[in-house]
Amino acid sequence: MALELKQVSKSVAGETHIFPTDMVLEAGEFNILLGTTLSGKTSLMQLMAGLDRPTSGQVWFNGQDVTEMPVQKRNVSMVYQQFINYPNMTVFENIASPLRVAKLPDKETRSRVGEIAEILRISSMLERRPSELSGGQQQRVAMARALVKDSSLILFDEPLANLDFKLREELRDELPRLFAERDCVVVYATTEPSEALLFGGKCAAMFEGAVAQFGPTAELYRKPLNLTSAQVFSEPPLNVAKVVKSGDIFRLSDTASWPVDASYQTMADGEYTIGVRPHHVYPMQKEKQLVPIDGKVQVAELSGSESMIHFTAFEDDSWVSLSHGVHAFDGGEVTTFYVDVANCFYFGADGRLISAGM
Amino acid sequence: MNKTVNQKAWFLVLPVLLLVAFNALIPLMTVVNYSVQETFGDNNFFWAGVLWFEEVLRSERFHSSLGRQLFFTFSILLIEIPLGVAIALAMPRKGVWVSVCLVLMAMPLLIPWNVVGAMWNIFALPEIGLLGNTLNALGIDYNFTRQPVAAWVTLIAMDVWHWTSLVVLLAYAGLVSIPDAYYQAAKIDGASSWAIFRFIQLPKMKRVLTIAILLRFMDSFNIYTEPFVLTGGGPGNSTTLLSIDLVKIALGQFDLGPAAAMSLIYFLIILLLSWIFYTLMMRNEDQ
Amino acid sequence: MAKITLSNMRHSYLAQPSSDDDWALKQLDLEWEDGGAYALLGPSGCGKTTLLNIISGLLVPSHGKILFDETDVSHLPPNKRHIAQVFQFPVIYDTMTVYDNLAFPLRNRGVDEKTVDARVREVAEMTDLTQMLKRRASKLTADGKQKISLGRGMVRTDVNAILFDEPLTVIDPHLKFQLRSKLKELHHRVKRTMIYVTHDQTEALTFADKVVVMNMGKVVQTGTPVDLFEKPQHTFVGHFIGSPGMNIFPCDVHSGQAYVGGEKIATANIAGENVSRAEIGIRPEFISFSDDGLPARIMRVSDTGRFNIVEAECMGQSLKLLIDEGAEIPADNVKLNFDPANTRIYVDGWLSGSEGAQ
Repeated sequence: MALELKQVSKSVAGETHIFPTDMVLEAGEFNILLGTTLSGKTSLMQLMAGLDRPTSGQVWFNGQDVTEMPVQKRNVSMVYQQFINYPNMTVFENIASPLRVAKLPDKETRSRVGEIAEILRISSMLERRPSELSGGQQQRVAMARALVKDSSLILFDEPLANLDFKLREELRDELPRLFAERDCVVVYATTEPSEALLFGGKCAAMFEGAVAQFGPTAELYRKPLNLTSAQVFSEPPLNVAKVVKSGDIFRLSDTASWPVDASYQTMADGEYTIGVRPHHVYPMQKEKQLVPIDGKVQVAELSGSESMIHFTAFEDDSWVSLSHGVHAFDGGEVTTFYVDVANCFYFGADGRLISAGM
Repeated sequence: MNKTVNQKAWFLVLPVLLLVAFNALIPLMTVVNYSVQETFGDNNFFWAGVLWFEEVLRSERFHSSLGRQLFFTFSILLIEIPLGVAIALAMPRKGVWVSVCLVLMAMPLLIPWNVVGAMWNIFALPEIGLLGNTLNALGIDYNFTRQPVAAWVTLIAMDVWHWTSLVVLLAYAGLVSIPDAYYQAAKIDGASSWAIFRFIQLPKMKRVLTIAILLRFMDSFNIYTEPFVLTGGGPGNSTTLLSIDLVKIALGQFDLGPAAAMSLIYFLIILLLSWIFYTLMMRNEDQ
Repeated sequence: MAKITLSNMRHSYLAQPSSDDDWALKQLDLEWEDGGAYALLGPSGCGKTTLLNIISGLLVPSHGKILFDETDVSHLPPNKRHIAQVFQFPVIYDTMTVYDNLAFPLRNRGVDEKTVDARVREVAEMTDLTQMLKRRASKLTADGKQKISLGRGMVRTDVNAILFDEPLTVIDPHLKFQLRSKLKELHHRVKRTMIYVTHDQTEALTFADKVVVMNMGKVVQTGTPVDLFEKPQHTFVGHFIGSPGMNIFPCDVHSGQAYVGGEKIATANIAGENVSRAEIGIRPEFISFSDDGLPARIMRVSDTGRFNIVEAECMGQSLKLLIDEGAEIPADNVKLNFDPANTRIYVDGWLSGSEGAQ
């Protein structure tokens, strides 16, 4: 099963919400839309679901053009950030509602609801009303309702955003298992790169209504095609600075430079942008070959097992170092940080990846 | 959320459009038709141009009933809006008393208009009415069928009794939608009750109050049944509001032309004033 | 400025609490030093918001006292306590400008306009609101509004403590990160007592010098982030803090030593005699692959970018390991090594016995 977007775009009143997009979303793995609020995730999902018509382009499902097909006929389910349930129905009736609409025999309805409630661990609360449940349980009910009918397309719009941290962790663990054996296309929108990585599958990095890159999630993280994609897929934000290549030397500042590796020899001399992930910037020397840079500490956030140090480097670039252990610094302190240049990305003037380290 | 553009949607609205046309547009056109013609019965019509409009606009009678109408409307707005807000503020926000209060408040709104008029008529009668009788027993000379001032006081009291509830319910709906955090923050910021009202409650009630004022303005400007039943426009012409005057001209004297012209002028005044109200109140929204 | 003491505190929302469950807060004794950064961390419904409201004076506790320095303030209303609070949803005065919002708490207290102006400008500079002082507060984005709420707390010089009730809930993830470090930075600058309530461990651990972990109306552990990470006093803390949380699995105890499936496990502490329910707790960070150790089978590997979360089956238990990005994960014949200094025995949930014995 596959959902295919062919040059799909959307503009409203002259303003472009979605730039022409081509994508093939397949069943059997998560398709993740990653981006900040207003990056176009929800708009794109509505086009996929048929809740909205594209301004141009076509939506195909299983080799059939469904662009003009209304959402009611498409066999789509959606789970939202808000826990949307019918407040005056019991949990059972909530979950059963899509089956009632489909006029399934009572016996089968019962067994299917029972089955899905078992998987989502809400069997004991089938007779209660949604208002008597906790947030996590309410979201499980909403998910159960989406899963109980055999939808061929399921869309999740940041379903875990309103949940407690630990509950989120739990459901993140369960969700991929739920879909392992289902033959349906799963689309999942999130603002968190760590969530995207955990689900694996394929990922689209979205920025201002356009897909910056679409491909296997781990590949997006390790080999972003462009600066935008690398920035979307970085939490804390990607550290960025200008670097000049002249001959055999990359020069970051007067004091920080390193020899050009054999694999970068073909690069022309000139200015490039490097992107370094925060955990490749250390507050202390390591055994690896690292390049020292000076930084003025803004604030150090110590979490007990990790240290996140915000500092300014190279005039006024905001940088972040994320490392194991507790490394305390005072605000205003000037200290040396060590950059693992073997693990940084080089981007050209047009923002395209020249080459990645590793 | 994006809006879906769908041309077919117009067909779905068509029945309503037809209904509105039948209900409002056709009668309105009839009135326009009458307003520019002269008739002497027998379905004979003669073109009269703007004659009736000139006559109405120059007429002393129209001026005085318009004056009375404006006086009535602004009096009740000045009383009902602050009073309604005050009652809404005093109502409990939580607990069993909420529904009791809401039911009590909704009560006057459920009574048919002519019954309200009749009730107050009997209630205020100087000889047998509870109100009239009591007032006279207290030594106050009160007779709304003879004294213009007493008639006005009774008329306004009746409208306040009947319609303040509407303002209360709307204002209350606005108030309960304010999250607790706002009150807590205000307490912490050391805000006085007045400051809480001025900077939290009033701004949050603004939309519903705009609706309340518009509704009360239009309704009171159109009011007919209650004053007609209560005072019949009297004593003399002292409480003859625009609508009562209009009916007198149209049905009492059967002057269809002037009556039609007057209705149109009446209609335009309401439209104009509502528009002014609305734009004034919404102007601050998007600064 | 004051030290805050809660002594013998209990609270119930019911007039006549009968069972243990009727108490939203069960027995609390806490002391907070002047100028510290504290966090109250726990899942929804653990009583942390109740406690916060008691400190701010929005609730009067059913039992016990709250002291600011040596003064009993249990029955003082909020405005007499000199407390500021930032709520989950930004509270701003819509009709006022940003400037007037910041000036509001001072003007209410009759401060002269010259002082007001000086304070407002100073606070606006700290919270990056200087450019927006003349704008209507309702026109700002969520993070801007939250800065206003914060600014209204900081503008007063007489504030004993600033309380935060999950202040980052409605903020976009990429801005969350900035605002969080901003709070930390401001704490360093103004040195006011700050108390931060959240369910998000990252927020709590990075913000606070001392974290109070709560569960079901009780304080489970108070300590520095390092304490909570390295030496959880209760399995709840072990599970709740850390992502993924601590591995906890049942064990047998013979003469103080822990055994799993007949195998002796070296631990940092020993258990007493005749224990009812004993468990071993070890964080995923402290389990590693080794040449000799307990045999295990790898069930699943999730790539989270910086780490791989490895799920392994060992001694009939499902365990999680955190392995650094790039480190090798053996395919089969896996043996696991538990770091004895970070492996502990818990009895009935609580950390058992004394440290040091092996």
